[in-house]
Amino acid sequence: MRLSVRYFASLRDAAGCDHESIVHQGDAISLYQRLAQQHRFTMPQSRIRLAVNGALVPWVQALGEGDEVVFLPPVSGG
Amino acid sequence: MDVRAHFRLNDHGIDAAALRRELEDAHCGAVIAFDGVVRDHHDGRRVSELRYEAFAELAVSEGRAVVDEAAIKFAVRRIVCEHRIGLLGIGEIAVYVGVAAAHREAAFAACRYVIDEIKSRLPIWKHDHYADGAAEWIHPD
Repeated sequence: MRLSVRYFASLRDAAGCDHESIVHQGDAISLYQRLAQQHRFTMPQSRIRLAVNGALVPWVQALGEGDEVVFLPPVSGG
Repeated sequence: MDVRAHFRLNDHGIDAAALRRELEDAHCGAVIAFDGVVRDHHDGRRVSELRYEAFAELAVSEGRAVVDEAAIKFAVRRIVCEHRIGLLGIGEIAVYVGVAAAHREAAFAACRYVIDEIKSRLPIWKHDHYADGAAEWIHPD
């Protein structure tokens, strides 16, 4: 399936782009592990929250064709 | 009952005096505001300026959820919260939380709830720029 992945903060710096289109079969955990290896993300998946199509979702949620996936590193607003 | 709760991202500068006028309500005897302000140090290093980046769609929906929750949990009439994004200098307001209620207990409690939840939940990230020229993303443990 084709997915749109968006990056923010340190993940965007590491990826060198703020979004990319990825063809991936599997769940969000395997997608993160694959992209972490590709872009040398040092943040473990256990510290990341997942958003799909603009909403926070659990990591076990299945991904679907055309989904927008965002990996959220720990936040520091306020 | 007339209860209003608003959350906005702000990319140009928070006008605390203007936001305070949004809190005016003849029913309310307690009006309080919290300003989160950019400070000049982090972990012992001199900060010269910082930049906030947001996943805007989710930050707005989550921010609205936070102020709506506070409006339900506490006996308040007005909640206004704005969070800055973009480049900020020392002393600028990073986040504003204003609450108006009939009585002070609810106003303080709601204000505390909103700022704590905003800090822990909203997808907003701080990029500190240090006086020595270095910069880093802040990702708390």
